[in-house]
Amino acid sequence: MTTTAPEAGRSPTPERPRRPGRRPLTLRRRESRAGLALVAPTLLVVVAVIGIPIVWTVVLAFQRVRLATLRKTGLFGELTLDNVDRVLHTPGFADTLWTTVLYSVGGTVGSIVVGLVAALAVRGPFRGRTLVRASMLLPYVAPVVAMTFVWQVMLDPQLGIVNDWGRRFLGWDAPVAFLSQESTALWTVIAFEAWRYFPFAFLFLLARLQAVPGELEEAARVDGATPTQRFRHILLPQLLPVIALIGVLRFIMTFNKFDDVYLLTGGSAGTEVVSVRVYQFLTARTDIGAAAAQAVVLAVVLLVFVAIYLRFFGARREA
Amino acid sequence: MDRDRIETVSLRWLRRLVIAGFLVVTLLPFWYMLVLSVRPIERLLLDPGSLWVPFGELTVATYAEVLKSVESGGQGFLTFIRNSGLVALAATVLTLLVAIPGAYAVSRLRFFGRRQVSALFLAVYLFPSIVIAIPLFVVFSRAGLRGSLFGLVLVYISQTLPVSVYMLKNYFETIPVSLEESAAIDGAGRLGIIRRVSLPLAAPSVMAVALYDFMIAWNEFLFALLFLVDRPDRWTVSLGLSLLADGVEVPKTVLMAGSVILTLPIVVLFFAGERLLTEGLTSGAEKG
Repeated sequence: MTTTAPEAGRSPTPERPRRPGRRPLTLRRRESRAGLALVAPTLLVVVAVIGIPIVWTVVLAFQRVRLATLRKTGLFGELTLDNVDRVLHTPGFADTLWTTVLYSVGGTVGSIVVGLVAALAVRGPFRGRTLVRASMLLPYVAPVVAMTFVWQVMLDPQLGIVNDWGRRFLGWDAPVAFLSQESTALWTVIAFEAWRYFPFAFLFLLARLQAVPGELEEAARVDGATPTQRFRHILLPQLLPVIALIGVLRFIMTFNKFDDVYLLTGGSAGTEVVSVRVYQFLTARTDIGAAAAQAVVLAVVLLVFVAIYLRFFGARREA
Repeated sequence: MDRDRIETVSLRWLRRLVIAGFLVVTLLPFWYMLVLSVRPIERLLLDPGSLWVPFGELTVATYAEVLKSVESGGQGFLTFIRNSGLVALAATVLTLLVAIPGAYAVSRLRFFGRRQVSALFLAVYLFPSIVIAIPLFVVFSRAGLRGSLFGLVLVYISQTLPVSVYMLKNYFETIPVSLEESAAIDGAGRLGIIRRVSLPLAAPSVMAVALYDFMIAWNEFLFALLFLVDRPDRWTVSLGLSLLADGVEVPKTVLMAGSVILTLPIVVLFFAGERLLTEGLTSGAEKG
């Protein structure tokens, strides 16, 4: 599955015996037509369910729409900058954006560091390795609702195991309300993020580690490099491009994340990220215009981050 | 002892410690969930720090309560399971029907815009779902599709398509073209080639994609919340569990039984197809 056959990606048609009376152009055209026909359902779904909604969100962001007035507003109703203006000048918005950045950076760095440690530990063979590897992927594949619920109960001040053990074995004076006090909530959410998504980094780093040629490390060992030196000078440089790639992917995904924060804290105690705020505007306040405007701001900020990254990363690659 | 020897020995021990630590950290929440789901709530309040079921406490009443229908005093999870199962199965089948021809076309055929398709998928994959959720919420509210499981299936198809096409495309590319050529010489048409040659060869990959689609649809929360919240008879397991957990009426142990029910199918499916899935997702990653 990982190796690519030499003729991969090439079409079988050019070598196919041509039927008499057909000109080559027709074959090519038939192939093109078949390709479009086969890919059409995919494109249709993506454009209808993703493409049009994105465009519509942008339009909504410049309209005065509430759920109650929805029936009256058309797609091209009166356009206004009101929403964007309101959103940018609402007191909570800057805080929310800052929280989102903290959460994304924390979650990304945490999951990659933990994933790297895990990948290095599970790298060599040992008994039960397959089972250990599969178990370590569980937090990532298990349903987010179940995982957040278990964490909530574990961290619960009254019936949670963490507070019980903390008081019994670590000498805590009072139970800590991890998810509902400002000083710990964001950190707890970030810890959850690192716990739930380290398998993502782990999986890709392990695959990359497995592909590092054994001779490289062998040569370094012969030259007298100790294990930490071999990691620092042989493995890490090999891993850096993958780490950077995972970093971008995780950052983007964490930046967009809704489920985890919403389910853990509902956005209270200083953990309100942009997605959760958009959701609140959409459902609790039914202010669709403002929700759309914030969603657009989210998308734009995201695009800026991606562009900045591509600039740096792209430049490094060429060098 | 030189530095190399010290490092090698200490790292060997450290490694065992780290592996054990990871096992505890990843598996403990699952074990805790299982233990709580079979303990009565009164006992849990007295002894919240126990990691096993004390003798004589074991009960399955929690499962009975969570599964029973609301009319007979339960939480109605059987209905939720049916809803989730229907939605996830429909989404899986439909995604495959759409993705297989699409992936084949992207991997094999030259057509106008072929390169752009992959970029489009990456964009879709990385785009915030909350942005898509707003107009879908508006449209579904307007068209009366809110509360419809069909609408949800449609959204899930769009969410799983990019990765499905990507995984299938990678696999199709590893199938030698010569096999398809021989089929073409034997007179098979394009669809015949896909059905008789490419698809049987790609069976493991199709299985992996099916597992992935099912798991995503089964686990999904945001869109279920947006579209189904007013219709308790249509709730999925994820949605039902999260909404019941918000209140205080239902004991936590009963909800733990609910989360075991939510998690178990995924864990079983995952262990059954673990190798297929991880290989499908990371293929190409080691090229760096």
